[in-house]
Amino acid sequence: MTEENSNVPAQPDSAVPEELSDDASRGRRVESVGTRHGMFGVSGSGDTSGYGGLVKQTIFPGASQRPYGGWYDEVADALEARLKATDLAAAVEKVVVDRGEITFHVRRDDLPFVAQMFRDDESLRFEFCAGVSGVHYPGDTGRELHAVYHLLSMTYNRRVRLEVSVPDADPHIPSIVSIYPTNDWHERETYDMYGIVFDGHPALTRILMPDDWPGHPQRKDYPLGGIPVEYKGGTIPPPDQRRSYS
Amino acid sequence: MAQDVYAGSADTAEGRVFMVTGQDWDSITQGLEADELAEERVVVNMGPQHPSTHGVLRLILELDGETVTEARCGIGYLHTGIEKNMEYRSWVQGVTFCTRADYLSPFFNEATYVLGVEKLLGIEDEIPEKAQVMRVLLMELNRISSHLVAIATGGMEIGALTVMTIGFRERELVLDLFELITGLRMNHAFIRPGGVSQDLPPGALDEIRSFVKLMRKRLPEYADLCNANPIFKGRLEGVGHLDLAGCLALGLSGPILRSTGYPWDLRKTQPYCGYETYDFDVQTWDTSDSYGRFRIRLAEMWESLRLVEQAADRLAKLEGAPVMVADKKIAWPSQLAIGSDGLGNSLDHIRHIMGESMEALIHHFKLVTEGFRVPPGQAYVPIESPRGELGAHVVSDGGTRPFRAHFRDPSFTNLQATSVMSEGGMVADVIVAIASIDPVMGGVDR
Repeated sequence: MTEENSNVPAQPDSAVPEELSDDASRGRRVESVGTRHGMFGVSGSGDTSGYGGLVKQTIFPGASQRPYGGWYDEVADALEARLKATDLAAAVEKVVVDRGEITFHVRRDDLPFVAQMFRDDESLRFEFCAGVSGVHYPGDTGRELHAVYHLLSMTYNRRVRLEVSVPDADPHIPSIVSIYPTNDWHERETYDMYGIVFDGHPALTRILMPDDWPGHPQRKDYPLGGIPVEYKGGTIPPPDQRRSYS
Repeated sequence: MAQDVYAGSADTAEGRVFMVTGQDWDSITQGLEADELAEERVVVNMGPQHPSTHGVLRLILELDGETVTEARCGIGYLHTGIEKNMEYRSWVQGVTFCTRADYLSPFFNEATYVLGVEKLLGIEDEIPEKAQVMRVLLMELNRISSHLVAIATGGMEIGALTVMTIGFRERELVLDLFELITGLRMNHAFIRPGGVSQDLPPGALDEIRSFVKLMRKRLPEYADLCNANPIFKGRLEGVGHLDLAGCLALGLSGPILRSTGYPWDLRKTQPYCGYETYDFDVQTWDTSDSYGRFRIRLAEMWESLRLVEQAADRLAKLEGAPVMVADKKIAWPSQLAIGSDGLGNSLDHIRHIMGESMEALIHHFKLVTEGFRVPPGQAYVPIESPRGELGAHVVSDGGTRPFRAHFRDPSFTNLQATSVMSEGGMVADVIVAIASIDPVMGGVDR
């Protein structure tokens, strides 16, 4: 089946749906991290449902406005006061409060300073870092790789999330191993799986994959792999080639 | 021969390499005596696959005589790509994968993932009470079985074989309960988004009660065997010492953190699944060493028995209550029942979808093959696993599959303490220190 005899209309990759462009014109950053096409995983003339032409943006919860509510404001105030005292007032790009969790999106160069503040400031006191988790958003152009840190304050019994986004072409984030030594292995794992280079890490080597492994397996452009399985005359393709319901 | 891109040459560039296969010490030392290179400092690769290294863990020890000057871990031998695989299955199928990560505490892996998914779906308040009580019941039974293995293998590694045999004897009883309730001894995939997969089978509560009664008789045996045993204490006391500041810097949690006297237990501090309504105590010790961690695990099993008893009492009052969320767009449509040929699809359900209602068939088919959609966003709901803070960072892009599921496994983080716990000590104490960390390599490597 070639593209020519497909009855699915050409899919506009960069088109922004009406209601979104409205949002964008009002100056609010549209948190779109990708686009999904169709519905039943069918393309070409096999699709008789008409849903094949569906184009849907993946919209993440956008920036929240003050007041955030509860202790979120205390934490944000304390951090803001600290940052204003320096010339890093713009270190926090935005704050997202969603599903009872607060996320600070931090400019990558300022991550060590912000992390240090979170750990040491007496009104913040996030003593415990639960590591870093990488996420690869191929559709989030210019910010493809995200590093997500979960901090816990045992003093105040609070949790916050720090998120740093970097482009795929320049995947460098300053290491915070000197601030949270626990991140040693976590940063190595994120490097191993996503190729994010944590500058200043004492020994950034692969940790789970063999040392000479090519590629970074958990990136979205790295195939899952697998072989087709034959069963009673039928062939079942490997999981990443099966029909998926996008 | 074709070039294997994954297998480069790995010749050792410097120093002499000895292959020790056993029964050959004479020939090795003979060659050394005349050698000018003979020195006390040796690098020993312990494992992968040493019987006392908790799975496929490789330790690289630099020894000066019997003293460890440097200890490092080589991990990754059990990496199975669970997180990546989950991105290619539906949200419900994800449970089947993550339950296999830390194979000694499968219910905890399932629970933290499921709690994250439920938070993303926004249905946390709609989970039926019975499902939450069953989760607590299973997690606490699981904590007992996990701590039993920690104590059993820890005992075996220092030569206390009886501790091992009785530990596995009792664990078997817990696994029998799991088999009765979920159908499987391990890798249950029982806790599902929206609730649990099945109701309790008839007679399960009686079995649980008689197990609790038996354990109350058996647990004192461990105390009698070990608590004041001079050899046991001699091997464990003061070994693997790590204070509170060290624990926080290295992100350690669970029994290691509590052995410093700090009562941090997520079941108390950040309750989930209704733990705030149960009556139990957080166990601590104040020696910051392996012996304290052993005593904490022993005491936590008593607390888990209390919790299991309370959960069983509640379940007795909840007979016939639903165990899955009422929302039919999320709840798994298939119903299981015991038939003449064993456990399988409920004949009533098959009759309904095949003979009575086309809509029910469509609904069943859509939910089983395609699954439900989860609104975009991310969630992190950590829980207190037997080894510490276990959390799943779950990200959804609005699709029917997890966009990303990352497990912050306590074994992985805690294993980083190997160096600081064992450097400067004797080589035999490395084993004790690692046993007190209680790493499970399935969780470390995922």
